[in-house]
Amino acid sequence: MERRTLFDGWFLPALLVLPQLLLTGFFFLWPAGEAIWWSLTRQDPFGLASVFVGLENFSELFADPLYIDSIVRTAVFCAAVSLLSMSLALLLAVFADHEIRGRAFYRTLLIWPYAIAPAVSAVLWLFILNPQVGLLGRWLNAHGIPWDYHINGGQALLMVILASAWKQVSYNFIFFLAGLQSIPRAVTEAARMDGAKGWHRFRTMTFPLLAPTTFFLLVVNLVYAAFDTFGTIYALTQGGPGKATETLVIKVYRDGVVNLDLGSSSAQSVVLMVGVIALTAIQFRFIGRRTAT
Amino acid sequence: MSEAILRAEAVTPAQRPDWLAHAVLGLGVLLFALPVWLVLAGATQDSGEITRGELSLLPRLDGLAIYARVLTHGTMGTEPVWHMLLVSGGMALAIAGGKIVISILSAYAVVFFRFPLRRTAFWLIFITLMLPVEVRIIPTYAVMSDFGLINSFTGLTVPLIASATATLLFRQVFIAIPDELVEAARMDGAGPLRFLRDILIPVSAANIAALFVILFVYGWNQYLWPLLVATDPGLDTIVIGIVKMIGVETQTDWSAVMATAVLALLPPVLVVALMQRWFVAGMTEGEK
Repeated sequence: MERRTLFDGWFLPALLVLPQLLLTGFFFLWPAGEAIWWSLTRQDPFGLASVFVGLENFSELFADPLYIDSIVRTAVFCAAVSLLSMSLALLLAVFADHEIRGRAFYRTLLIWPYAIAPAVSAVLWLFILNPQVGLLGRWLNAHGIPWDYHINGGQALLMVILASAWKQVSYNFIFFLAGLQSIPRAVTEAARMDGAKGWHRFRTMTFPLLAPTTFFLLVVNLVYAAFDTFGTIYALTQGGPGKATETLVIKVYRDGVVNLDLGSSSAQSVVLMVGVIALTAIQFRFIGRRTAT
Repeated sequence: MSEAILRAEAVTPAQRPDWLAHAVLGLGVLLFALPVWLVLAGATQDSGEITRGELSLLPRLDGLAIYARVLTHGTMGTEPVWHMLLVSGGMALAIAGGKIVISILSAYAVVFFRFPLRRTAFWLIFITLMLPVEVRIIPTYAVMSDFGLINSFTGLTVPLIASATATLLFRQVFIAIPDELVEAARMDGAGPLRFLRDILIPVSAANIAALFVILFVYGWNQYLWPLLVATDPGLDTIVIGIVKMIGVETQTDWSAVMATAVLALLPPVLVVALMQRWFVAGMTEGEK
């Protein structure tokens, strides 16, 4: 993967990487370092003095049942969002891969929601599920099913899951469709000749061949659900009612920005960093294997 | 005989309309179109009626004035929407343009030169992939206020310009450039900067276009970052603005919210729709 022909000199290339390195240093590495340092210290509320406390912030964090609840809630939320958006996307991609009239038309109409902001998708879903204004929310209440995500935690969680998954379907659809199209026609034809039909062909041939795409998307979706849904959740419920939709990122924000608990918020940031690093490592190990084969 | 049957079987599925596929894809299209149709139609209706639960799927053609109203006045307590659109557009363009420029430069340096600490530089850039804003909310805010960048357009955009993804993508593209092309350029007496400008950038145009779409959408859709660094209403993006509008549900001007939602999703959707070809190819090749 290295080039043979190169240009000489070191001053020009150093100058060229400099802007990127400066931004990385100031806005990524420095804050990350500060998060680690703060997670090991305790500050008085005015930020005037800080004491080194070792891992105390972490032991307090993991002893806090509210934090454990938030971890479990985030896991459930991420799993539900990923499963929902990936399975729907796969279903649509399988049919969009059929040779039917208007393929390109369908494809365009399934791709554009990629562009919708998470917070804007929350606003769109409000007009469906809000108990007073929303189309479906009103219908449910009118038909004797009490629906109000402002007071019912389970319904609030369901709503942010739906809004988050809905927005992510397009992204998954694009990758599943590309994965399906990269399956050689000869393989599909051979399976058809063997008499493999519909569901059986999908289960025994298509789905296994899509495994690399599926795995890649699983990691991307988990990261999306864990981090990028801040806007969706914050716009709809701010983490409430109570703590019903308080995922880990919402909790960092509430504890740090709203409650100004620097030590705990920084310790939570460090835990999240470890999480992202683990997911990225998994993803890149997998990609390394992909390009090798 | 059996051969004839086989052939017939292989041919018919393509000719008979695939009703199941049309049904599934049609429902999928509806699932995405319906929520947007709802705000398109709702924007033209009366806010009072919507509050009473009389939101209808039929638009009113005489209700289009709402767009002029939100664009010039916004709603109670918010900036006019034209201003939010301007901030969002500026932010998205600055982030997309900035990321593309500094990523091309750094990828070029890493691929076409050997200089001290080259690997270290590459790894430092790579690490940013693992540090999204969401995991370093408070310390980033502190750094921003040390620099005096809170409530400034610079603070809104510059910190988001560092990009590992774009650098990795351009690195891949540049590694695949044939050595012969570089040799030929050098024989013609092209220096490193001329090679970059006259050959490398034109050759990567399709990748740049694809990346532009992805980054424009990324920049336009930011929520947490502007929420943190810009408390001045004059710097409200449209995404921030619309969430503010729905903040107080009891007195919300719903038709204004809906019109703003339409205006908020239109620009990025247009960018994706118009540049779909490059975008899809670039994403499935590059982003992996």
